[in-house]
Amino acid sequence: MTAETVVEIRDLTKRYDTVTAVDQVSLSVRRGEVYGFLGPNGAGKTTTLRMLLGLIRPTSGSLTVLGRQPGEAGVLARIGSMIEGPAFYPFLSGRANLEVVARYAGTGSARIDETLETVDLTSRGGDRFSTYSLGMKQRLGVAAALLKDPDLVVLDEPTNGLDPAGMRDMRALIRRLGDSGRTVILSSHMLGEVQQICDRVGVINAGRMVVESTVEELRGDSELVIRATPADVVRATVDQLAYVQSIRTLDDELRLRVDERHTGEVTRALVLAGVDVREVRRVDRQLEDVFFEITAKESSHA
Amino acid sequence: MPSVVDVSRAELFKLVRRPAAWTLLAAAALLSQVFGYLIPYLSFAGDGSGPIEGASKQAILASTLPDQIVASTLGGFPVFAGALALVFGALVLGSEYGWGTVKTVLTQRPGRTTVLAGQAVALGASVAVGVLVLFVLGAVSSTAIALGQGESTAFPSVLDLLGGYGAGVAIMLMWAGLGGMLGVVLRGVALPIGLGVVWVLGVENLIAGVASSVLTALRPLRDVMPGINAGSLASAVMPTRPPGLESPPGVNSDVADGRALLTVACYVVVCLAVALWTYRRRDVA
Ligand SMILES: Nc1ncnc2c1ncn2[C@@H]1O[C@H](COP(=O)(O)OP(=O)(O)O)[C@@H](O)[C@H]1O
Ligand SMILES: [Mg+2]
Repeated sequence: MTAETVVEIRDLTKRYDTVTAVDQVSLSVRRGEVYGFLGPNGAGKTTTLRMLLGLIRPTSGSLTVLGRQPGEAGVLARIGSMIEGPAFYPFLSGRANLEVVARYAGTGSARIDETLETVDLTSRGGDRFSTYSLGMKQRLGVAAALLKDPDLVVLDEPTNGLDPAGMRDMRALIRRLGDSGRTVILSSHMLGEVQQICDRVGVINAGRMVVESTVEELRGDSELVIRATPADVVRATVDQLAYVQSIRTLDDELRLRVDERHTGEVTRALVLAGVDVREVRRVDRQLEDVFFEITAKESSHA
Repeated sequence: MPSVVDVSRAELFKLVRRPAAWTLLAAAALLSQVFGYLIPYLSFAGDGSGPIEGASKQAILASTLPDQIVASTLGGFPVFAGALALVFGALVLGSEYGWGTVKTVLTQRPGRTTVLAGQAVALGASVAVGVLVLFVLGAVSSTAIALGQGESTAFPSVLDLLGGYGAGVAIMLMWAGLGGMLGVVLRGVALPIGLGVVWVLGVENLIAGVASSVLTALRPLRDVMPGINAGSLASAVMPTRPPGLESPPGVNSDVADGRALLTVACYVVVCLAVALWTYRRRDVA
């Protein structure tokens, strides 16, 4: 454990009666970085973060946060968190909810106005929590996480259920937290989101750590999507193109790994083959694709 | 580092803003006034022989006067106030699970023991205030009746008043504690309320009835049950009733005074211990 490591997790396991929610997970988060904890629903992200905060006990493995055991008062005082959605008292206003949290955190109410301002809730702070939209609830959750002026901020899928504008604002907010020198752990099931915000990323699937790397390494190339008919002619045509690295079929589309500079040539080849081209576009690879490749690689190693 | 006092102040901050808490207090106050004062007064003032059989109108009036305030107020505890306190306890501690705020609270700073102790202190303090409200309302109503009827406005001695208030708080603490403990153990509100009310209003009466008549072997069981002991504790602090008036329903002398107080206190301690033990060791998922 160096001074630069904020979270150090080794072989962490959480077993419930029938499922192993988290299976020998190891990861480390460095001071000042925005760490993306990426995985599909049910992968074990929330369970890991709950252990990080001392809410649940690990079955085995070790976990240190800020150099100490999770759940200790001295550690909790330096962590702001929102785990699995915002949870507040419905009959209290947003501001009164923050007041309750501040009393529990022992921080005094001095920062309430500032945090409401940070999440852009100042004008609605007096309204009851139960009247908030989902986006406002999430933002109040982030405000509560910031009340302690924490060194480490843990946000579990904070963009869940937000509309696109809400997601954009939330991402910008998280990026600002990272830029202000705090360490941020952000869990997400969206690769795109993690790509935009995070410095480093740990990928978890079915309770197991799949890979831990920088975002650039994980992302790799984008893909070229082709929708054209008839399918057999299309396939035969692209099969002959030497610069196409790989081809896979997804529903009625073909997805090619091919350098961006070859896009024009691929299109020309298809048109010359006389097929009906309905769509040619580039997409960033989706999380599912990354998983697919990594897990396929893993099982072929085994 | 926030202490138990800080936590209980945070809890009271929540409670005074919580409509359900005021609804329960209003219900307790209304029922207490209706059964302790309104119905007896109407029976006295109305014509006919009145609904309370065998008692003279004069005795009925006497039961509403200030010197009977302990009996009038505690009289409702076995029937409805206990159930309301149980609901209150379940609401204060169980709601946190429904809203998911257990995790919000436990990720701030104080440890679990401090959090639960603070919540218990807040629960106890609100119960004490609630019982005080019932006594004050009783004082107002009984004084009004006494003045209206030209009767004595003398209250019991301070010692008797304190004894009555203390017994009332102890009984309500027991029920609130049972509700709170069930709220923590069952992690919710609905089930504790359902089970608790069935117990208070149904099962206990049934066992008590059977034990005093057909199946006396059940008496040892009856004598450790919360409602029976609450009723015995209430009767221990009540003044002699006006001639011809029976004790309010549920008020009994099945258990000796000292033992009843001890049993009620034991329930409070056991509820706290069980709730704390569960709260400390269980995962918050
Ligand atoms: N309290 C629990 N009891 C049993 N299984 C659980 C419990 N909590 C989580 N799980 C299971 O553990 C797995 C991981 O869940 P979770 O950590 O919530 O995933 P994520 O947050 O990545 O979506 C899921 O299969 C889930 O059903
Ligand atoms: Mg989750």
